[in-house]
Amino acid sequence: MTAARQLAERHRFKWWEVLPWAAGIAVFFAFPNYLPFGTQVLITILLALSLDLVLGYAGIVTLGHAAFFGAGAYTVGILAQHTGWNEPFSGLAAAALVAGVIGLASGYVLLRTQGLTLLMLTLCTMALLEESANMAHYYTGGFDGMPGLKFQPLLGLFPFDVLYFRSQYVYALAVLLVCFVLVRMLVYSSFGQSLTGIRENLLRMHAVGAPVRARLVIVYAISAAIAGVAGALFTQANAYVNLATLGLERSAGVLIMLILGGYGRLYGAFVGAIAYMVLEHFLAKAYPTAWQLGIGITLIVVALYARNGILGLSDALLRRLGGGGAQ
Amino acid sequence: MKIKLTQLFAAALLAAFAAGAGAQTVKVGVKLPFTGGGAELGQQVDRGMQMFMKLNPTAFGQCKMEFVKRDGKNPGGVDSKIAVQELIAQEKVDLITGLIYSGNAIATAPLVDAAKKPMVIMNAGTAWITNLSPMIARVSFSMWHAGHAMGDAAVKIVKAKTAVVGYSDFPPGKDSLDAFKSAFEAAGGKVIDEIPMGGPAQVPDFTPFFQRAKDKKPDVFFVFVPAGDHAVGVVKTYAALGMRQAGIKLIGPGDITQDTKLQSMGKDAVGLITMHHYNADLDNPANQRLVAAWKKEYGPTSTPDFMGVQGYDGLAAIAHVVRTLNCKIDADKAMEALKGWQYADSPRGPMSIDPATRDVVMNEYLSELVIKDGKLYQKNISVIRGVKDMCKELKVGRCGK
Repeated sequence: MTAARQLAERHRFKWWEVLPWAAGIAVFFAFPNYLPFGTQVLITILLALSLDLVLGYAGIVTLGHAAFFGAGAYTVGILAQHTGWNEPFSGLAAAALVAGVIGLASGYVLLRTQGLTLLMLTLCTMALLEESANMAHYYTGGFDGMPGLKFQPLLGLFPFDVLYFRSQYVYALAVLLVCFVLVRMLVYSSFGQSLTGIRENLLRMHAVGAPVRARLVIVYAISAAIAGVAGALFTQANAYVNLATLGLERSAGVLIMLILGGYGRLYGAFVGAIAYMVLEHFLAKAYPTAWQLGIGITLIVVALYARNGILGLSDALLRRLGGGGAQ
Repeated sequence: MKIKLTQLFAAALLAAFAAGAGAQTVKVGVKLPFTGGGAELGQQVDRGMQMFMKLNPTAFGQCKMEFVKRDGKNPGGVDSKIAVQELIAQEKVDLITGLIYSGNAIATAPLVDAAKKPMVIMNAGTAWITNLSPMIARVSFSMWHAGHAMGDAAVKIVKAKTAVVGYSDFPPGKDSLDAFKSAFEAAGGKVIDEIPMGGPAQVPDFTPFFQRAKDKKPDVFFVFVPAGDHAVGVVKTYAALGMRQAGIKLIGPGDITQDTKLQSMGKDAVGLITMHHYNADLDNPANQRLVAAWKKEYGPTSTPDFMGVQGYDGLAAIAHVVRTLNCKIDADKAMEALKGWQYADSPRGPMSIDPATRDVVMNEYLSELVIKDGKLYQKNISVIRGVKDMCKELKVGRCGK
């Protein structure tokens, strides 16, 4: 296969792209007692995917992505608690809209800057939102958050499952699939290609007359909307939202996961989130007081020997074996 | 991974065996923060539980106890929720206990409610938590216990007429303010200013807040801040601004004189008056026994504080349930056993569980910090007996639901 043909056909679905979804369905049947954990993993994958869009493809470095996650989470929470609007799917849409608008507005201001300045400003945006949520006690429940939220059954048929999370898991998996297909289409479109161009060589993109800032702001808003959907899923699945949805811990955590998996390659979000969360989960179960040691050592090893994340490492291995790398 | 699988297999075998063998084993899920910022608190509660088992080897009767520990990691809610769900669904525990952070207790309440698993809360102090499910009982406190008792005592015992309240701006702080204010004003005092003093995460510079309080010239300055560095900052600022010389007494709930942090507060803390359900200097046989055993086990500079005792008493409550039900845990019967449970041998003095609210009823101790043998010592001034959670008694806000 020539390189040109490879390039022209790389947007096509490959057979192995079915595997992650098959695995997702298999988990549902194989591990019925792990679904609350599984649901959190799916939600985190979605957040990591949205981060990949800005970080991996557009090269926007941010530590404040939880701002949009939290915005989406609080949107469905506040709608359900104060207006009685608790239909799940329209809630997702509302969350995407609110988070997208916040992304558009903050991106419009923030994306004039780059590098460390941008990093700090994204952090500040998140801190501002967090403190607003803390102070707007009447609407958000402040520090204690909003417990006991009620949502309508999915499609009017499947009520949210308090204890075993069966419906939440399938719901999250379906939403993740839809968002993934959207993101996948986006990054392989000409718009997506121009983002990669901006990441790789900003000056040249300016020189060829590409509307650089407009593109960045738009992708930032789209990414924010997807993060908002992830946040909304979080609130609906847990029937609960609190300030931790807006915290640095979530922003930084998802960044680590994405880097661990490999950024700028779609499936990095999947691999990273699953690897990190599964490792943490079982280490913490086996060693409730000492598990962080294992996580720390793993991250050091990855940082030293697998700079491009797990997918980068597997690519290198495949190349060495003479095969082509996974995209 | 291999070890993990064998462990899993062994656990499954054991569970199957126990189920077949007439269920003499009672399985208790313990969810505490063992890592991160709350690790110190988790350790304190855990040690309190260890101490109970050591000092009361026969408390569980014939029942075999199995404790499954899970790390709640952080106050975010989700990790705790997953941990508790897995304790219920995978480990098939009979009872849940632990719970340091209120946010985590609130997040896990729907689980224990749906699964019908009794949950004994060993710390989480947001007043209305026990309203969330009939499966929840609390052996710790709510901020209203100390806050309300202090409001009353400030008028009747400290003889104050006016007060300024300064608080860290998060739920326990606001609860403390509401509790103190309602009792203080009911007893005839007047709160002349309320000053939010930053959040719980960072220690602010207290000087502007304290200067504002000083300018109002109250009789007492009631302060709620988290124990530790915040409390040290409070004491230092109070001394630096000469508020004692200006005739303003510093008072607060016992959170600011937590025993584990007490000695680091320094001599400036002398004269501080606090209200709490426990301090390590309490003069009763059960407490002396606990403190002695604790120091022997964990070193002469270590000490139990109120969280350790809550772990101790929480396990006492579980022991009572287990004995009463003869090792066969039925959720409804367990909750019935907890309601009205009286415990005379607690290191904090006699305590019980209010049958109506499933919240703790206990003594509150008014104490003053003095120097004794070169160390800070909490001298008991007065005891208020049988204090209930007044938030629920008075049906304040969410507590009324």
